[in-house]
Amino acid sequence: MEPFTKITSRVVMLPVNDIDTDQIIPARFLKVTDKAGLGANLFADWRYHADGTPNPDFVLNQPAAAGALVLFAGRNFGCGSSREHAPWALMGFGFKAIIASSFGDIFFNNALKNGLLPVKVDEDTHRQIEELLTEFPATEIQIDLESQTVQLPAGKTAAFPIDGFSKACLLKGTDELGYLLSFSDQITLYEEKIKVEL
Amino acid sequence: MPLRTLFEKIWDAHVVTQQPDSPAVLYIDLHLVHEVTSPQAFEGLRNRGLKVRRPDKTVATIDHGVPTRTGENGRLSFADELCIRQINQLEKNCQEFGIPLYGLNHPDQGIVHIIGPELGLTQPGMTIVCGDSHTSTHGAFAALAFGIGTSEVEHVLATQCLLQRKPKTCEIRVDGVLPTGVTAKDIILAIIHRTGVGGGVGFVFEYTGTAIRALNMEQRMTICNMSIEAGARAGMIAADDITFEYLAGKRFAPQSEAWERSLAKWRCMKSDDGASYDRVYTLDATKLSPMITFGTNPGMGVPINGSVPRPTDVSDSAQKASLEKALAYMGLQPGQPMLGQKVDVVFIGSCTNGRLSDMQQAAEILKGRKVAEGMRVLVVPGSQEVKRQAEAQGLDRIFLNAGAEWREPGCSMCIAMNGDQLEPGQYAVSTSNRNFEGRQGKGGRTFLASPFTAAAAAVAGKIVDPRTFLS
Repeated sequence: MEPFTKITSRVVMLPVNDIDTDQIIPARFLKVTDKAGLGANLFADWRYHADGTPNPDFVLNQPAAAGALVLFAGRNFGCGSSREHAPWALMGFGFKAIIASSFGDIFFNNALKNGLLPVKVDEDTHRQIEELLTEFPATEIQIDLESQTVQLPAGKTAAFPIDGFSKACLLKGTDELGYLLSFSDQITLYEEKIKVEL
Repeated sequence: MPLRTLFEKIWDAHVVTQQPDSPAVLYIDLHLVHEVTSPQAFEGLRNRGLKVRRPDKTVATIDHGVPTRTGENGRLSFADELCIRQINQLEKNCQEFGIPLYGLNHPDQGIVHIIGPELGLTQPGMTIVCGDSHTSTHGAFAALAFGIGTSEVEHVLATQCLLQRKPKTCEIRVDGVLPTGVTAKDIILAIIHRTGVGGGVGFVFEYTGTAIRALNMEQRMTICNMSIEAGARAGMIAADDITFEYLAGKRFAPQSEAWERSLAKWRCMKSDDGASYDRVYTLDATKLSPMITFGTNPGMGVPINGSVPRPTDVSDSAQKASLEKALAYMGLQPGQPMLGQKVDVVFIGSCTNGRLSDMQQAAEILKGRKVAEGMRVLVVPGSQEVKRQAEAQGLDRIFLNAGAEWREPGCSMCIAMNGDQLEPGQYAVSTSNRNFEGRQGKGGRTFLASPFTAAAAAVAGKIVDPRTFLS
């Protein structure tokens, strides 16, 4: 996993509530056995017409989306299924952080495990960010994980919470499996204990 | 010992270790695997040179991409090469890592959340995970069961453990006797309507109350199954004699002396009297009607005699925008009654409502009746065992005589990966769990409801109150 420290980028605005993982990556694209190439089908049913041509009205097809690292969404982003293809598709497109006022539980965990930063801000802050970015759409914002802040247009700053463990993993780019494997002996002891209890 | 909820008892018993400021290392008793969310996890093991730590606590099946139709040659007709390749990959992975697989042509194949309980693998007090959000189903057995992503599938394969932050608890108390024609599906749709699709985020639900205790295990599974649709990490129901009766004699359930020992432990798998929850919701079962969704998430539901909400009545601007977007997708008018809405397809099946009692409910309405002209009706049993039992009771004949299709087991049109899908613009009444845009096929429009309501729509060709068909 690549470390996440600080990014500076324009923001793609998709302020819709309850965007489910079926919208992020429809089920018909889950037949892959690897993680590559999912970015092309990110938001496929909103992004392409029935004949496969891009829908020019959809925000990802607008020139400003090219190269953007940050997506701004509404409440409960990533609700629905457990498919990790959702963060894989978002990262495949190029996103490194998602700003939302809340996230689906499984999506949130999946994102962290891939180095995709879920930036959870309270409703007031969310509204302020939306207003500022609507007013200054081309502005670049900076997301700094170390200080847990978002630098916004007009000199504004917003803070976001993240638990210490996830933050440390993201900053170092460590994946959790290595950490879990370091407890092998304790896991063996636990297994012996439950075997006796049976 | 402080008073503890059911969730807290199971959690406490499974924490292997917890370092300061870190998530708990939680031990997993049963890991269920299917073809869609596992290939990258097995590849991860290979890349690191790791083995599956406990293949004896791991069980795989094939359900999402499996065809439910056979071709003229009598063999399953796959949707495409990709489905075949993904299924072959699981077969190869299970063989290489020594995992039991209930695969194609196996007499116990079926939807992962149907076969776990059916085989007696799912037991009270267990922690159960699967790379599938509807793993919450198994909570009906007083287990802590939840969906995980593919990275976590790899974690469990390698270590039999997961890193977990302790969720909060929420009691959902449903008291009273359910009126005739109102089912477990209607209870859970009413609950999600109340909480909203994000209301459960960060919580584990425990369903309590006299209405829940009166349900059989299949109905309890329907309730727990859709906990994730409220955003909850898991849903659970305390164990009782109904639980034990269901499990007795199941293939992987403990036998003889071990059964007695297990029973003594399982009887404690309930919340202590007076244990407190972080949040409580209450619902009066006597006031419930059959529910149906009108929108594009499972929280957008109304009683069947209700009408489509009007965006002008909604004050919150984001909620209003969501409602407008949903109605535009669904092609419904504000204020329109749900009754009488035309329907093109009916789907009866899925891990929510693909069990024997669901088939029986559908058959109760379809018996001696015909599906409406031009209507396509798919009845898909959740497992080979459900199929055998249904056929032994003659339910397949009832469905076929009515003009419905009786298919092979699988997830089918719930997720539309196997070729069973809606055409753009079609309306379906579906007993599945998600009405998201395009969930049942690109451009398809889904109304979620119970097997009674779905079967009634099949006969009428439109949304009708199923109670008019029930004596």
